[in-house]
Amino acid sequence: MASSLTVADVERIAALAHLELTAEEKALFTRQLADILAYAEQVQAVDTSGVPATAHVHAERSEREDEPRPSLPREEALANAPDPAPDAGLFRVPRVIT
Amino acid sequence: MLDASARAIRDEIAAGRTSAVDVCRTFLGRIEAVNPLLNAFNLVDRDRALARAADIDRRRAAGGPLGPLAGVPVAVKDNLCVRGMRTTASSRILERFVPPYDATAVERLEAAGAVIVGKTNCDEFAMGSSNENSAFGPVRNPWATDRTPGGSSGGSAAAVAARCVPLALGSDTGGSIRQPAAFCGVVGLKPTYGRVSRYGLLAFASSLDQIGPIARTAADAALALAVLAGADPADATSSQEPVPHLTAALTGDVTGLRIGVPRGFVTEGVDEAVRRAFETALDTLRRAGAALVDVALPHAKYAIPVYYLIATAEASSNLARYDGVRYGYRARGETERGVREMYSRTRDQGFGAEVKRRIVLGTYVLSAGYYDAYYLKAQQVRTLLRSDYQQAFEQVDVLAMPTSPIPPFRLGEKTADPLQMYLADVFTVSANLAGLPAISVPCGFVERPASALRSESPSAKLRRGLAEAPRAEGSASEGGPDRLPVGLQLTGRVFDESTLLRVADAYERLTDWHTQVPLL
Repeated sequence: MASSLTVADVERIAALAHLELTAEEKALFTRQLADILAYAEQVQAVDTSGVPATAHVHAERSEREDEPRPSLPREEALANAPDPAPDAGLFRVPRVIT
Repeated sequence: MLDASARAIRDEIAAGRTSAVDVCRTFLGRIEAVNPLLNAFNLVDRDRALARAADIDRRRAAGGPLGPLAGVPVAVKDNLCVRGMRTTASSRILERFVPPYDATAVERLEAAGAVIVGKTNCDEFAMGSSNENSAFGPVRNPWATDRTPGGSSGGSAAAVAARCVPLALGSDTGGSIRQPAAFCGVVGLKPTYGRVSRYGLLAFASSLDQIGPIARTAADAALALAVLAGADPADATSSQEPVPHLTAALTGDVTGLRIGVPRGFVTEGVDEAVRRAFETALDTLRRAGAALVDVALPHAKYAIPVYYLIATAEASSNLARYDGVRYGYRARGETERGVREMYSRTRDQGFGAEVKRRIVLGTYVLSAGYYDAYYLKAQQVRTLLRSDYQQAFEQVDVLAMPTSPIPPFRLGEKTADPLQMYLADVFTVSANLAGLPAISVPCGFVERPASALRSESPSAKLRRGLAEAPRAEGSASEGGPDRLPVGLQLTGRVFDESTLLRVADAYERLTDWHTQVPLL
C-alpha cells in the first residue's frame, strides 16, 4: 500500500490535518513518505496475533476529586492570542460559516 | 570556574567563597563569547538571571536555607515553558509566545535555587536528530563546528559541552537527550517515563516524551534528577513511585553487576571506530568487576519503524492545537476567506518542513483504512519490544549499546533524506517505546577528516559568514583531523535510574573522557 502513495493521497491527508502545502511540498512529501512507509512495511512481518496493543506504558491510576481550583486569569489566557477581544474576553476568529 | 561541576559551584556559593552573581556573570560572559559561533541559545535573559542570582546571594547573607542547586546557572530547552520568558520550540508558529506559567520541571529547578540563564535551540518541536530543523538555524558542535551537535536537544548539549552552563534541561522522545549528549561529549539522562512531570513541556509524542538533565558528570545528572523527579498533580502520567536518594547511589562499585550486551542487534550499520570505543568501554567495566552477558532483543530491529509510526501519530494530534487562534502565529490577510483557510495557511507558514512531514505521516497512519495496518500494528510490536526488555532484565541489571551508531555528521549531510536521518536513532528509540530509563556517558573519541574549509584564512572564513560553516579558531582539531565524541548508552529497569547513575559514575572514575574540553 505504501508504494501506491500518490500526490492525491498527500493532498487528502494534508487537508485532514489543516495543512496547505505547496506543489513542491506535495511532490517532495509524496516521494519521502512513500520511502518511509516502504521501510515501515517490515513491521507487517511480525506475528502479532493475540498481542495486545501498548498505547501507553503508564500503568498507575491517577484519579482525583474534580474540585474547582484557581486557573489562568482571562487576561493572561488572552495575552498570546493573535487577535484577542479582551473586553469581551474572547478569541476572535475569521468567519466560520462561509 | 567554567569547568566546575554544578555541585562544586553550589558548595562554593554556600560556603561564601564566591557569589551567585559572580558565577552568573562568568557563565554569561562565556555564553557571549561562544554563542555567536555555536547558536546554542534562542534566548539569553541576562537581567533576569543576574536578579535571580542576587536573590540567592541575599538569601545566603540572611542565613536562609539554600537549595541543592543554589546559584547554579542552568539552560532550559526552548520547548519547556518558563513564565514570562519567550518559549518557541524553535518554531515560527510560536516565535512570539510568552508562557503565562512555568513547566513543573522549571519550577522545581528554580525552587532548588538554579539560575536560568536562557532557552536553548533545538529541532522544531523536538523533531529531529541534528538540530537542523530549528527555525532559528542549526546549532554547531563545539568539537567541530561544521558538524551537528545532535538533536533534538542540540543547544542544551552544546551549551554544556562548551562550558556555557554546567547543567541544562533537555527532552527525549526518541533519543533527543542521549544522542546530542553523545555527540557533544557530555552526560545525558532520559528518566523512566513518568519519573519527571511533563507539565509545561510542549508536547510532541505524549506516550514517549520525558524531560531530563544534560550535565558533564553522572553525579551532576543525579543531583539534577533528584530535584526534577516526583509526582505532580498537574501531570496525570507522572508517577507516585518514591524517588530514592540518587546521589547516595554513586558508590563507584560495579562488582558483580551484570551488563547485558545485545550483540545480535549491535551489528551492521555501526561505525567501526564507534564499535571499538564501545567494546573498550565494555572491557573497562568488565575489568572493574562487572560481568558481560549476551542478551537478545529480537524485536529491537523493528524499533525505528514502530517509533516513527507511533510518534508521528501522536504528534499529528498534539500539534493540532497550533491553529492561529489562542496563541502563536496567524497567517494574515485571510480574514475574509473564513476560518478553515486561516488554519491551513497559518500551519503551512508557521511549521517547518520536518514538522509538516511528520504531521502528514501521522495523520496518514491514523486515517481510515490504514489505522490497523500501521498504528495498531506498531502498538502491538511495541508490546513485544517491551517484553524483550523485561526478559532481558531477568538476566541482567543494565543493557549496554552505543548511543549512536555513527559519530557526529556534517551539517547538511542527511537533510535531503529523512529516512537516513531516522535510522541514526536506531539505539535510542527503544527506551522510549518501553518507557525505560537510559543514560549516555562519554566513552571515547573517533577521528574523521576535517573539512577543507579549515585551510582557509581566518578572514576568508569570516567573510563566508556563519551560514557557511566556518570552523572555530584554534578548535580542537586545528591542524589535524576532527576529534569527535562517542557515547556509551546504558538502559535500566523501570524506575532504576540509581543503577544507571552508579554505573555511569563508576565508569567516569575509571576514564577521563568526560573531562575533555573542546577548544573554542
